[in-house]
Amino acid sequence: MSEAQTTTSVAPDAARIPQIPVTVLTGYLGSGKTTLLNRILSEDHGKRYAVIVNEFGEIGIDNDLIVESDEEIYEMNNGCICCTVRGDLIRVVEGLMRRPGRFDAIIVETTGLADPVPVAQTFFMDDDVRSKTMLDAVVALVDAKHLPLRLKDSREAEDQIAFADVVLLNKTDLVTPEELAAVEATVRAINPYAVIHRTERADIDLTRVLDRGAFDLTRALENDPHFLDHDHPDHACGPDCDHDHDHDHAHHHHDHDHGHHHHDHASPIHDTTVVSVSLRVGELNPDKFFPWVQKITQEQGPNILRLKGILAFRNDHERYVIQGVHMIIEGDHQRAWKDNEKRESRLVFIGRELDHDALKSGLESCLA
Amino acid sequence: MPTIAPLDLAGHCVDARFIQDVPFFALADGSVHRLDNGHKTVEAHDGLLCAVPSVDGKSLLTSGEDGRVCSIGLNGEVTELSRIPRKWMTALAAAPNGAVAYASGKTAWVRAPDGSVREFTHERSVEGLAFAPKGMRLAVARYNGVTLHWPATNGTPTELEWKGAHVSVTFSPDNRFLVTSMQENALHGWRLEDNRHMRMTGYPNKVKSWSWSPKGKWLATSGAPATVVWPFSGKDGPMGKAPLELGTRGDSAVTAVACHPVEDIVAIGYADGMILVGRFGDQKEVLLRRPGKGAVSSMDWDRSGHRLVFGSESGDCGVVDITA
Repeated sequence: MSEAQTTTSVAPDAARIPQIPVTVLTGYLGSGKTTLLNRILSEDHGKRYAVIVNEFGEIGIDNDLIVESDEEIYEMNNGCICCTVRGDLIRVVEGLMRRPGRFDAIIVETTGLADPVPVAQTFFMDDDVRSKTMLDAVVALVDAKHLPLRLKDSREAEDQIAFADVVLLNKTDLVTPEELAAVEATVRAINPYAVIHRTERADIDLTRVLDRGAFDLTRALENDPHFLDHDHPDHACGPDCDHDHDHDHAHHHHDHDHGHHHHDHASPIHDTTVVSVSLRVGELNPDKFFPWVQKITQEQGPNILRLKGILAFRNDHERYVIQGVHMIIEGDHQRAWKDNEKRESRLVFIGRELDHDALKSGLESCLA
Repeated sequence: MPTIAPLDLAGHCVDARFIQDVPFFALADGSVHRLDNGHKTVEAHDGLLCAVPSVDGKSLLTSGEDGRVCSIGLNGEVTELSRIPRKWMTALAAAPNGAVAYASGKTAWVRAPDGSVREFTHERSVEGLAFAPKGMRLAVARYNGVTLHWPATNGTPTELEWKGAHVSVTFSPDNRFLVTSMQENALHGWRLEDNRHMRMTGYPNKVKSWSWSPKGKWLATSGAPATVVWPFSGKDGPMGKAPLELGTRGDSAVTAVACHPVEDIVAIGYADGMILVGRFGDQKEVLLRRPGKGAVSSMDWDRSGHRLVFGSESGDCGVVDITA
């Protein structure tokens, strides 16, 4: 074999066009995805959705904006073992986007066993998809009755929760208040940063699920005024907090002093391996931080499901926000620090086999 | 000085093509327009995904989101060749004997000229289809390589393996080389006599448009700020050789290419709608069209090479006459 290479340089981005938001729905068979989809497609909310489903199955609505697509996971041939994309989505999204104006947003329904990561990475890795669409949020439906069983027999159920921005704890009418509290504690232990809503028959105000901007660097962390405060002993949610609106605050688990290793005390049914590490330090030196975070994501990328952070850099009057999925990280300046804000850096990792102490000392070595 | 006859359409032009010297424009909304003593339109699909000319040049073949495969004749007559409801037909190819191949998901079908249909299923999705120049073999681009079928016989398919997602495929006109475009912004090739590999890398974008020069001496490609033109005339194809780069621009990327049917020149369409023509020999360039509303999505020369038809993603299409 021999090689030939062209050496032309990268062209600047073409003019920006409005990006269509994409919501990813995950959840095991029976968790209520189809019920939620049927509601999204039939309710009078004034928006039109294109929906990409694995199979038409029980979707009771015939609509030419519902597209059936075989899940097709492609490993990227770029030396990164965890870079995967959904080849079928690239094709379908390209086709849909050739006829814009027919819909306001796209919803991707994944199979029950699906790993949400390739879906999410498609919206970062493929230039064409990325230029025309924007990942809005990953929404996981959880069957409150069967979650404990699911967690025992599959890693996917845990991954779906760990990766989600919004969790709908569904079928709450089928469990006792005690069971519900335990299941919610389990979800919260796997993913302390997701917004959890309790639902029956996936009945939820759709504005709480759609158009969340969870991957929009300028919006994501702004939507969560208490980002990283939820594990803080001093934190109590105010009336405008978006967390756990739908139920009474007696079940609020934010103010547990979870510390960092959430897996070791959440609940007796908690067969989980995902942990989260939240770190809080002062102002950072960007020349030290970026090489460090690159190295961490290169070395531990396969174990890092999500990474989010708000960073304060020395001599920089703007907040810097960063997010990542496995080895893909992106960051940008968000806005100026406000006078009443403490200039500190907060960083969260959700994943497996994360070494809290090593991550902490690594981040501290990047202090300005 | 070239003159342009513009045709402003509403929507993304998937394919702009001369059918027997009549300009055809196939739009993503399923309408097919033609300039034949005036602007005429036919609705072929509810959502059009692919369009390729038949090898005899007498019709345009189309496939759509409505699961249909059609043939559209010179007078706009639509003949339905196949219909599989609710399946997006995402790949399409035409053979010299009149056979048509189309695919959805993991399945490819070949419809023989007598109307009989054979089905070929694969372990992974069919991303691209191409018939060999004589039409005896059908190449299926897929994850981790290409499968070569013999649609007319029951011969065992040949598997060409190369790691990664291959999203489209083309045979060189002399049937010596097979080239795929990959998800990773690269081309991969096989020399068919010995299946020797060729890697053609360095593209900043995915290669979505390519065009063989007459007799297959060159393969012009999009996917960079210039058209990258690989030499295929030697025994080893482009292996170990640097490609030509024509029409390099600092502010836009090449999105469509079309080699001239006679001369060693290539039409180069850009993301901003500009069209240049470049000559392989001395790399001279001539402007054919100033930037327009959207990226050039498709181009084709007429048989004499006097006129170029072009389509864009935003619908500002037209015909350039270079002899005027």
